[in-house]
Amino acid sequence: MYRVELDKARRRWRTYLMAAALGGIPVLIVIAVKLSPPTPEASGDAPPFLLQIVRNGLFAPLTGLAVIQPFFLPLAAGLLSGDAIAGEAQGGTLRYLLVRPVSRPRLVLAKYGAAMTLLGILLLWVVGCGALVGGVVFGFGPLPTLSGTTLGAPAALLRILAAAGYILLGVSGIVAIGLFVSTLTDSGPGATVATVILGIASEICDQIPSLRAIHPYLPTHGWLAFTDLFRFPVEWAGMRAGFAVSAAYTLVFLAGALASFARRDVAS
Amino acid sequence: MTALVARGLTKRYGRTNVVDGLDLSVERGELYGFLGPNGAGKTTTIRMALGLVHPSGGEVRLLGEPVAPGVDLDVLERVGAMIEEPAFYRFLSGRRNLEALARAGRHPEDVRRRLSRIDEVLELVGLSEAASMRVKAYSQGMRQRLGIALALLGDPEVLILDEPTNGLDPAGMREVRGLLRRLAGGGTTVFVSSHLLAEVETMCDRVGVLSHGRLVAEGPPGRLRGGAECLRIEVDDASRALGALAALDGVDATADGRVVRATLHGSATAAWVNAALVSAGVAVSALVPERESLEDVFLSLVEEGRVPS
Repeated sequence: MYRVELDKARRRWRTYLMAAALGGIPVLIVIAVKLSPPTPEASGDAPPFLLQIVRNGLFAPLTGLAVIQPFFLPLAAGLLSGDAIAGEAQGGTLRYLLVRPVSRPRLVLAKYGAAMTLLGILLLWVVGCGALVGGVVFGFGPLPTLSGTTLGAPAALLRILAAAGYILLGVSGIVAIGLFVSTLTDSGPGATVATVILGIASEICDQIPSLRAIHPYLPTHGWLAFTDLFRFPVEWAGMRAGFAVSAAYTLVFLAGALASFARRDVAS
Repeated sequence: MTALVARGLTKRYGRTNVVDGLDLSVERGELYGFLGPNGAGKTTTIRMALGLVHPSGGEVRLLGEPVAPGVDLDVLERVGAMIEEPAFYRFLSGRRNLEALARAGRHPEDVRRRLSRIDEVLELVGLSEAASMRVKAYSQGMRQRLGIALALLGDPEVLILDEPTNGLDPAGMREVRGLLRRLAGGGTTVFVSSHLLAEVETMCDRVGVLSHGRLVAEGPPGRLRGGAECLRIEVDDASRALGALAALDGVDATADGRVVRATLHGSATAAWVNAALVSAGVAVSALVPERESLEDVFLSLVEEGRVPS
């Protein structure tokens, strides 16, 4: 079933649309920086990564990841997970899958696996596009870490891939929430929008200081901890906490999705 | 072994019983017509039989196995189904849709068997030419055919089809009826729902009439009509004709001007009535059998079903 899901995604325009949009972001950044290189004086509020691109193409994939994570990633995750069950229900194909028969738990888990796989591929694609275009335009060099040391280009690329991996683990909680919402409704767009709003609301709450008490329990808490990979030595505590939160949301909401889907009457 | 059994099957939505204590039994190899007006509970029954909807009460078994959401539904590997209208991935071609669903099973040998039958079922429903077109571009009739192809993909022992000729032109309808008859002749159990009498009448071995979630009649389509046959007789002298017919057993007659209507019961036949009229000196200018139409029988059964018993 998991393979069937991936095969369906492969033949779907929206997959390529998402890839084009996400892969375009690091490319756009490189083009923008090339056309008007930031100067230290003029870049008071520019992200620190942007300043570095001119010196090292490796910053392009890293900036790409940093830029898609807060908005485009929850959007893609919401689309892939929210539409997963609800979209099939809306299109009427859900009943034909279930009488094939595909057991309900298997369908939910296959949808989760396929959504995570596609998000992983999209993240790799962003890193790949960024590294390629950044490398061609600016060349590769050693990457300065946040602690002042430097990393050789191959080691730096590995760290960037590790960052993509951490970002993927972080979004798993949102995917599980999306699947749960998806089992509650017959409207694919409805479930998608609800999931995206939840994800972004969680990020906003995470930024509001007076809500500090709930920060450690937000599904997106710790998303930015991937920057700790670029310290020397690597600071694991933030990522460990982020992983724990995401894993907890994944377990709870996948269980919720399985339970709610098992009880549901498929009358669509 | 029976192919499909329902015992006291009930589905309640809010306060209404959409399916209300339904008892049903379909034998293997039978072509069973499940007849009822829209809203009678046909689709809900089919959804319960396929484990999509939880019964509120009673049970349903397919090929001897209990069916409900949550139980192991492996028995569905041996069943093909179309539930309401067919539904496909619009962005995939007809063939790729069949492939995706063929692959969706758990057992590798079933997957292989289904994949190897794709060409055959496409041919069977006349879609070989259009197989590589995206379903988006299919007409309603083509989607219907693809739905039937999908139901046949697993070479099922039991075929459950909800209004299979919906959206087909008359030639397509006849084709599908012929196909279902052939399948039933080959030993496949076919359970087909319809709100059209003519459809099940010409095709099914046995018909069950559903009204308000209950089976109000069941039997071979011929017997469903009931025994009564009606004659419309044009005569020169209606009162003399009534007198002659009053002497006959099993004939009730009424007159309206020069037209006499006689309802025959038991062994009374039209020839017998005609002979009695002629020997009584009545000139008969027309004698037309007016069979009570199945439509009337159906409507009266449905009416009866509405009255709480």
